[in-house]
Amino acid sequence: MNGNGWTPDRPIVSLKDVHKSFGSLQVLKGISLDVMKGEVVCIIGPSGSGKSTLIRCINALNDIQQGSITVEGQEVHDPKLDKLALRKKVGMVFQQYNLFPHKTALQNVMMAPLLVLKRNREEVERRARALLAKVRLQGKEDSYPGELSGGQQQRVAIARSLAMNPGVMLFDEVTAALDPETVKEVLVTIKELAGEGMTCILVTHEMGFARELADRIYFTDKGVIVEHGPPATFFDRAKDPRTREFLSQIL
Amino acid sequence: MPKAIPGLTAAARTDLPVLHSHKALYAAASPIGFSRWLAGLPLWFPLMLAAAAAVWPLTAGAQSGSGESIAGAFETLLRWIPFLLFDGFTFTVLIGAATMLVGTLLGVFLGLGQISIHPAIAKLSYFLTQIFRNSPWLVLLFIVMLSFPFELNIGGLIIPVPDWIKAVIGLSLPIMANISEIVRGAVNSVPSAQWEAAESLAFTRQQTLWRIVLPQCIKRMIPPWMNWYAILTMATPIVSILGVEEVLNLTRQAIEAENNRPVLLIPFYSFVLLIFFLYCYPIARWTVRLERRFAVKL
Ligand SMILES: Nc1ncnc2c1ncn2[C@@H]1O[C@H](COP(=O)(O)OP(=O)(O)O)[C@@H](O)[C@H]1O
Ligand SMILES: [Mg+2]
Repeated sequence: MNGNGWTPDRPIVSLKDVHKSFGSLQVLKGISLDVMKGEVVCIIGPSGSGKSTLIRCINALNDIQQGSITVEGQEVHDPKLDKLALRKKVGMVFQQYNLFPHKTALQNVMMAPLLVLKRNREEVERRARALLAKVRLQGKEDSYPGELSGGQQQRVAIARSLAMNPGVMLFDEVTAALDPETVKEVLVTIKELAGEGMTCILVTHEMGFARELADRIYFTDKGVIVEHGPPATFFDRAKDPRTREFLSQIL
Repeated sequence: MPKAIPGLTAAARTDLPVLHSHKALYAAASPIGFSRWLAGLPLWFPLMLAAAAAVWPLTAGAQSGSGESIAGAFETLLRWIPFLLFDGFTFTVLIGAATMLVGTLLGVFLGLGQISIHPAIAKLSYFLTQIFRNSPWLVLLFIVMLSFPFELNIGGLIIPVPDWIKAVIGLSLPIMANISEIVRGAVNSVPSAQWEAAESLAFTRQQTLWRIVLPQCIKRMIPPWMNWYAILTMATPIVSILGVEEVLNLTRQAIEAENNRPVLLIPFYSFVLLIFFLYCYPIARWTVRLERRFAVKL
């Protein structure tokens, strides 16, 4: 329970009729979705359908014009909201990793807990090393991002996000920039996280992964959610022709 | 003859303009253009200066009929060299260093102002930057020289403001504006994804700027900063107009002390040119080398 009376039996992330435009370009046209604590939700859809925009609205990297987004019951787009407090609760991993190139892997993981949470250095370092071990990067603590492969960089980025102890993790096509061989090592890491009960919202094109892991799949097209459901129903008995066409192209 | 590409039977030819090597009609403005030019000067350039200094007394001597020898002119120069170097050029270097220090401090401040999220601060900083970047240096110098008092009265304590201090203030204004542009350009060269990554980790804007963005672009600022130091050093002789006793002023005084013999003009001023060249040339070479290194690394 937190200050707003949010309890884990209510959605940890909830979007209601979210509208978002960039200038005159309408990107999200009424998106609603609920994610419960511990759930894994995958968002799939054609490129340009607004998946990244949707996920970026959840941690207020983008603002919205209409509707409501709550995280643990707190309205994300309330002008009075402390954005920093929100971002401590929501971790985000990007397609291009976006590690800080002038810092080692260990420093990348340690920076936010030190500077933002103002934790004690020893404790932060101990935890950072444990997180890097967890994503199987023992021995790479002192490597700079430029010395790591894409898959390794992406796992550092995941560890960096986890170091803030978020309640929700957002993944935006985190394997899309990787070589096929390294995709798996990142997916395994995410799978382990989900197995531990982390709430995950993923934009992905890895259909096998979505089918195996997701509690629910949302299909977006042109700024609306066309269809959603558990993987079995979604992949095998999609109702909407747009979903069926997309699936036939990608599978 | 087009080269064959393995695996292709036809010769490699293309009509696609994007595949043709790009030939720029004019060189793009480089942030270290001056250093590139200076570093590219051939080494016979200083030799030519020395030769000019040597030949002149001959012809001048022949014209005036005074028959003064080359040896005589050089002997005079030799006598003055310690004075020109240690009194004159040292002061030139001091003015340059002080100007760079003041200009850099103010410039970093103004550059950060340009990227402020407060529109009023950003606009004002942009305006000041453009004004001082595009004003003639001599005009700025005159304004400072004439508008500053020759002494400051701070609560009864009289502090004299010598001319060279005013010269430093005057010269540091254009340096400030150019450093401001260097800072703005460097910060903008860091991908916005870095800002977003830091933002999503709940860094404040200040933390992002000082811990993430600036450390990444500080290296990129060094070559253009050194370039401005070389430009500034070459420009310091203009303060001699205002009576500051740097190397050019002392050279003129030295020639006067030698009764303004025309035979001395070229050897003395060539010598001054040579000192500037010998001082700035290695800096320029170093600047070009650093820029190449940082460009590869980042
Ligand atoms: N910052 C922005 N400014 C303007 N248009 C944007 C911006 N970000 C995304 N868009 C546009 O919004 C649409 C959806 O983009 P995005 O959310 O990235 O789609 P997806 O992730 O599904 O490929 C695209 O047409 C894109 O060009
Ligand atoms: Mg996207």
